Amino acid sequence: MANIKRSPWLLHYDGSSCNGCDIEVLACLTPVYDAERFGIMNTGDPMQADILLITGGINAQNQPTVKQLYEQMPRPKVVVAVGVCACTGGVFKECYNILGGADTTIPVDIYVPGCAARPQAIIDGIVKAVDLFQKRLEEHYAKKRGQGRNEVSANG
Amino acid sequence: MAEVIHPEEILEEIAASDLLKKVMEKKKEGYRLSQICAALIDGKYELSYSFADDVSYQYITYRLVIETDVEIPSITEIIPQALFYENEMKELFGVKVKMISLDYKNKLYRIRQETPFGPKEA
Amino acid sequence: MAKKSVIPYGPQHPVLPEPIHLDLVVEDEKVVEAIPSIGFIHRGLESLVDKRDFNQMTYVAERTCGICSFQHGMGYCEAVEHIFGVEIPERAKFLRTIWAELGRMHSHLLWLGLLADGFGFENLFYQCWRIREKILDMQEMTSGGRLIFSVNTIGGVLKDIPADMLRTILSTIDEVEAELKTVQKTFLNDYTVQTRLKGVGVLTQDQAHDLGCAGPFGRASGINTDMRKLGYAAYPYIDFEPIISSDGDSYARCECRIGELFQSMDILRQAIAKIPNETDLATPVKGNPNGEYFMRVEQPRGEAVYYVKANGKPYVERLRIRTPTFANLPGLCEMLKNTELADIGLLILTIDPCISCTER
Repeated sequence: MANIKRSPWLLHYDGSSCNGCDIEVLACLTPVYDAERFGIMNTGDPMQADILLITGGINAQNQPTVKQLYEQMPRPKVVVAVGVCACTGGVFKECYNILGGADTTIPVDIYVPGCAARPQAIIDGIVKAVDLFQKRLEEHYAKKRGQGRNEVSANG
Repeated sequence: MAEVIHPEEILEEIAASDLLKKVMEKKKEGYRLSQICAALIDGKYELSYSFADDVSYQYITYRLVIETDVEIPSITEIIPQALFYENEMKELFGVKVKMISLDYKNKLYRIRQETPFGPKEA
Repeated sequence: MAKKSVIPYGPQHPVLPEPIHLDLVVEDEKVVEAIPSIGFIHRGLESLVDKRDFNQMTYVAERTCGICSFQHGMGYCEAVEHIFGVEIPERAKFLRTIWAELGRMHSHLLWLGLLADGFGFENLFYQCWRIREKILDMQEMTSGGRLIFSVNTIGGVLKDIPADMLRTILSTIDEVEAELKTVQKTFLNDYTVQTRLKGVGVLTQDQAHDLGCAGPFGRASGINTDMRKLGYAAYPYIDFEPIISSDGDSYARCECRIGELFQSMDILRQAIAKIPNETDLATPVKGNPNGEYFMRVEQPRGEAVYYVKANGKPYVERLRIRTPTFANLPGLCEMLKNTELADIGLLILTIDPCISCTER
């Protein structure tokens, strides 16, 4: 199965955003912008997701949730931070309950700017994430194949 | 032209001991609790209990000005829905509210910083 | 007697667009009690008053919530204008009304879509969101932003809507109305939709009144109140009556919001017909605000209260935003009692929760 291209599944989690980016992400998945034509699928289950789309900053309470979601996702995985709050904390950066952007908690690969991020920008981010996922998948398989040979030689 | 119903808002300052009586009165008159808000002004808490009438659109605010160490009674016995407001001011401002029907024990918002709006220690 | 057990619900859940956590006490499949725990989106926005002056706070207030962003900005501005005692130009009042109603339409269409998604009618969900995009295009055309406009300022608005754009809005509303009528038939007459909505999650008028429910959620239970009657912005010049229903179930809530969509279109047509020609869009304010005011506005989700207290300094002393979902939370908990576990997702949606508003 290693040479077959896969459709990455997308999980969306709303951090402490104002909802603006949140509904723009949803708008991306509905008919007018339809991000699913780039070969992704929206899912609500972290255990089956490959790309995590996170909107909004991180606060004290959602930090463990975000961490848990990230850890539940199978490897390889890609994280996209959508909107300026998820990138840096944005307009709420100085609020007492905001720790900062998504990268304060989990490693972020792609940053999508904007307040609220426009669907075009989000789609651009998703397309980049799909490419990155494919690359990571190939690396992952290559590593696994390499490990497999080592095991054989060790045992054999 | 549509009819505009906008009676002048009423702001009345009351003593903390009158709170429950006033709240009971308003409940009997058919007002609904619109909001409870706390503010820290010059080292004293200003608590505003606002009631709204859905028919006359009258808005009445009772204002309590108390020292930061004064305990005030919860109104959840009379108006159960006040519990979110009271938990909020307890957690964010450190207002001492006693006998809330469902006390979240400062775990409503679960913030890391204690009473961010509360009195700053000099 | 069945054993009681507690099921945690959320914060990340497929039907929930936003994180809210509920502890559901269930007996078999029946929910006995629901205890919400919020705080996943609490930012502490109100504390920014120490760092931003009263003009800058407009933009922070707008970012309380991305859905009713314009109305948040408007509520804050109207409160500060009351403290200053300034009258804003007539045209600015009408422009505010137009943007507010466009915002209401996009919010209600969004909600209808999510509701359809909640009961598993994906086709209807997509249709609603497709129609909503037309409203978003109008918002983008007039203000430059799809969701967050930043057109409010203390004393008026920053941008004008030229006459040709107003005509485009009118023609778009006609298109939207025709499409909405088709969608409305499915929402209100379809057998499967009715079985999911009718008689589910009933909240009686007395309960709704005692729990202080606001907006369409309260109006669906028969509470005849609409803050637009207070006559802020250009609403004194517009004829409208609050849309109420008496059933108090999920179907009534759906009916109310669909009714409000048509009402919004009507208000938009009236406002565009009556808008005066003026070049002045904002009354400049001098100095700093001093005083306090409780401003109430009718948001898509209900009554929102903005309390501003200022003491003559550029930094406002206290800004408090009481949002409609915060007032509707007790109603939600009450409504969830004695319902089926399978309906919970749908029922949470029927109050049109906006958690970012709630927690600020």
